[in-house]
Amino acid sequence: MKQEISTNQHLERQPKLNKKKKISKDKLMAIAFLAPSFILIVIFVYGFIGWTGWVSVSNWNTLVPDFSFAGLKNYIYLFNDYRFQADLRNTVFFTILFIGLVIIMGLGLSTLIDQKLKGESFFRNIFLFPMALSFVVTGVVWQWLLNPSTGFNQFLQVFGIQPKWYTDTNILAGFEWGSIEFGLPVAIIAVVIAAVWQMTGFSLAMYLAGLRGIPEELREAARIDGASEFQIYRKVILPILTPITVSVVIIMAHISLKIFDLIYAMTGSGANFVTDVPGVYMFETTFRGNYYANGSAIAIIMLLLVAIFIVPYLITSRKGDN
Amino acid sequence: MAKLKLSTILKYAVLIVMAIIFLTPVYVIIVTSIKPLDEVSLDHMWALPTAIDFSSYIKAFTELAPNFMNSIYLVVPATLLSALLGAMNGYVLSKWRFKGSELLFTIMLFGMFIPYQSILIPLIQFLRSIGLYNSIGGLILTHVVYGLPITTLMFRNFYANIPDSMIESAKIDGANFLGIFRHIIIPLSISGFVVVAIWQFTNIWNEFLFAVTITNSDSQPIMVALQNLSGSQIVQWNVQMAGALLAALPTLLVYILLGKYFVRGLLAGSVKG
Repeated sequence: MKQEISTNQHLERQPKLNKKKKISKDKLMAIAFLAPSFILIVIFVYGFIGWTGWVSVSNWNTLVPDFSFAGLKNYIYLFNDYRFQADLRNTVFFTILFIGLVIIMGLGLSTLIDQKLKGESFFRNIFLFPMALSFVVTGVVWQWLLNPSTGFNQFLQVFGIQPKWYTDTNILAGFEWGSIEFGLPVAIIAVVIAAVWQMTGFSLAMYLAGLRGIPEELREAARIDGASEFQIYRKVILPILTPITVSVVIIMAHISLKIFDLIYAMTGSGANFVTDVPGVYMFETTFRGNYYANGSAIAIIMLLLVAIFIVPYLITSRKGDN
Repeated sequence: MAKLKLSTILKYAVLIVMAIIFLTPVYVIIVTSIKPLDEVSLDHMWALPTAIDFSSYIKAFTELAPNFMNSIYLVVPATLLSALLGAMNGYVLSKWRFKGSELLFTIMLFGMFIPYQSILIPLIQFLRSIGLYNSIGGLILTHVVYGLPITTLMFRNFYANIPDSMIESAKIDGANFLGIFRHIIIPLSISGFVVVAIWQFTNIWNEFLFAVTITNSDSQPIMVALQNLSGSQIVQWNVQMAGALLAALPTLLVYILLGKYFVRGLLAGSVKG
């Protein structure tokens, strides 16, 4: 009580000018707090991207840096390159299958877990734990599980099927496209299985949080109106979850487009590059082959692909935030 | 009533089958890693061991121990530093907004989503020029910088839940920017720090691209060593499995002990939180 009075007196006695000065000093401190991080981001993110962009139009395809201007030579080379065309094909199919399965699994499992069954936290923990693992660990383990001569094939033997998993070089529904056969590379399915195993927990957690946020009265009201459980799910629950689905798609898409470690640890490029992706190509051509300009061009293309998804998402979600 | 019961049984059946599928890799890792050497043939991959033998762990441990320690030296300072900077940024961006601060935040956030391949070549040149290439220090710097967007985002959203009226009344009481941060914000941030630290710990421990390109041989973190182990033809796969488990153990333990906070971090990573 005593203290309160004294602070009030202190405030009253303080001249106006002094108060204003104090606020601007706080503002200055706020900027000083933020400035180091912001400057680091500007240099390490935007500055370095610019630098990579510069390397990508240079002639630095040797051990010794050569910054002479090469125009779009490296990009033109890549788009005519068998390996890079295969990478783009693989990325398309990997991304579609991966996102689709992560959404279906996450939605299905979260709906089941949200049914007030016993042991729901037990099940949730099991589906979520792979999220805590490294893609490298996942790759090492699934490499053995989907090895054609061992792993799951020992069970499938009983049914007389022996998939070749990631060693399969077939392209399903393929047609000529550039120098490659465009279609679903069967081998990519094995990598998708491992990736889905790891990332389902993310969409599960997102959907579960969304389901928990839906008030019970809403379902109750729909029930009173005579809607069946299935109708409630389709007409009430799913539309409410749409923003979550958008978030999951965007986040999974950016993971998928830049994926490197899972494939590098599990399969590598594969025969005929059936499991190769831009991330692996960039790493190998830059750090094993010293083709720095080509590697930079791949990196810039990857960045542009990710930006197509991320920039609109960032802008709209930041707008909604305020 | 009978129909309802059937549907419940069906739901359980689906969940149990899926749980078994999700746990299959765990079964294979554990069973294989404790098998005696003469039982580690690929034809008996699924069979339980007749005797428990930890020799593959000893082998994997001697191979991976130095790299395991590298990861510890990397992950502890990198996590603490990026969490502290994130808290400072989050404090400013939630409680001391100024004209343009939202734009600065969005500019920072983009750094969270970029493929790191697009900054890797300049980063390595830069680290070489300041003498931090091929060192744990270089990796710490890298992870602190590229961890800033996510830690800032997490703390900003966390501090948004602290009522502005608290800050206002502290200002009226004469507290300044630093005083409010130290005496009000920090004491209220404990659970925020736990969430962010777990998130950063898990991500940095599991990270591979920076680890494999910025360091070689002696200073490599655990994931690179594990990848080398599995890539080598002479190492038997029971040792690989034991190695995978050892490498995964710290993050798995964190998940088992502090899973609630881990999931909170997971959800916070989706921008809106």
